[in-house]
Amino acid sequence: MFDFGPFFDNIDLILEGFWATVRLAAAAAVLSFILGTVLASFRVAPIPVLRTFGTAYVNVVRNTPLTLVLLFCSFGLNDVLAMRLSGNSSTSYYWWAVFGLSAYTAAFVCEALRSGINTVPLGQAEAARSIGLTFTQSLRIIVLPQAFRAVIAPLGSVLIAMIKNTTVAAAASYAEAALVMKTILDAPSFTSGAIPLFIGVAVGFMILTLPTGFFFGWLHKRMAVAR
Amino acid sequence: MTDSEGGPELPEGDGPQGATQGDGPLVVVENVNKYFGELHVLKDINLTVDRGEVVVVIGPSGGGKSTLCRSINRLEPIDGGRILVDGQELPEEGKDLARLRADVGMVFQSFNLFAHKTILENVTLGPTKVRKQGKQESEKHALELLDRVGIANQAQKYPAQLSGGQQQRAAIARSLAMRPKVMLFDEPTSALDPEMVNEVLDVMTGLAAEGMTMIVVTHEMGFARRAARKVVFMAEGQIVEENTPDEFFTNARTDRARDFLSKILTH
Repeated sequence: MFDFGPFFDNIDLILEGFWATVRLAAAAAVLSFILGTVLASFRVAPIPVLRTFGTAYVNVVRNTPLTLVLLFCSFGLNDVLAMRLSGNSSTSYYWWAVFGLSAYTAAFVCEALRSGINTVPLGQAEAARSIGLTFTQSLRIIVLPQAFRAVIAPLGSVLIAMIKNTTVAAAASYAEAALVMKTILDAPSFTSGAIPLFIGVAVGFMILTLPTGFFFGWLHKRMAVAR
Repeated sequence: MTDSEGGPELPEGDGPQGATQGDGPLVVVENVNKYFGELHVLKDINLTVDRGEVVVVIGPSGGGKSTLCRSINRLEPIDGGRILVDGQELPEEGKDLARLRADVGMVFQSFNLFAHKTILENVTLGPTKVRKQGKQESEKHALELLDRVGIANQAQKYPAQLSGGQQQRAAIARSLAMRPKVMLFDEPTSALDPEMVNEVLDVMTGLAAEGMTMIVVTHEMGFARRAARKVVFMAEGQIVEENTPDEFFTNARTDRARDFLSKILTH
């Protein structure tokens, strides 16, 4: 029952799956952090329309299951509406998975950042305005950098959740590690070794997520703003 | 106090500067009213501050002193009346207001130095980002200012590494770096340990002697006597008395002021 033979027989396929996971996670990390920062700026902006948009976005996206978001991207936008992002169909699915996952994760990045903004004393923004910085400048130069530093550890958790959420992209026809695993399991020739396969893939994810958590924890301590 | 470059008549054309521009009063507060919900915190305030004048605002807590001070650079918007700085009415929130604020220095009770930036960066930030002045020039001027307030050797440290008195002096340097037309001080020594109060007051007295226009909300009666040209006594949202320091402290006109003074000067 604990024969790791089948796991290692398929190691090439599995590694390929993990490489796809890493490519998806890396792109989504960058994009969701950018989008999340923009959303958080909207939510504290002095312009009511932007605040309303930010709030509505977060509440809609955060409360929609990720599977639906990704299916909407792959089947809805890519297949039904034929909004192809590339001539190559697997590349097109990849980018839709990146966008869907980023759009979803951005809502969580936004909320983490917003709680970070709340840790920055009001006096910091007042001082920034008093020397003549505009709202955007004071947000970009004074408030957001301090907010980021306050929430590095929670952002690490968001990132870890996102890395594991890449497995949902399987539903959107993107062949990452979990889909590879399922393909191996479903093959008629596969008769035993399911548990070792699960364990192997789980360890694979931990290899990705554990260092992420440690790194962000370390960074959080290092970058903390002394008050 | 030999900072010849900190004076108002600088050659660089970096924005409006200098108490010598124009000739009307520098700050005019006209029939200003302000409410916090039901609370009427400023009641028909009228105040004129001339160029080079030092006005000290004193009075009991909750009397509207800080609110008045903060309304002059529109950190508190007002509900009625108008405020003019150098002849220009305070604009709505936006780029124009930011430009005006750059000319109005503000020193806070809680210092509010940018916590993630060094002292030097705190002082150079405004000149580089708002005045678009070069980095080298800004740093040179910043070091001169830090030297003048006596903390040049702390330039590379972060605010949390400094004592309260040093932080407040750094905050004054940060404001001065913008070459403001007028400086607002909102209880600058109230958060300081007693032994650090004087180092900050000394810097302020020096500024006053050099002709900086200043509006100072404070409980430091010694400073008011020494540096002020005009004392404004505020209570319950109103200006109760406006007087010279000598007259005010020895022979106040109003009962309310005499009552206040008797409570703080008897021990």
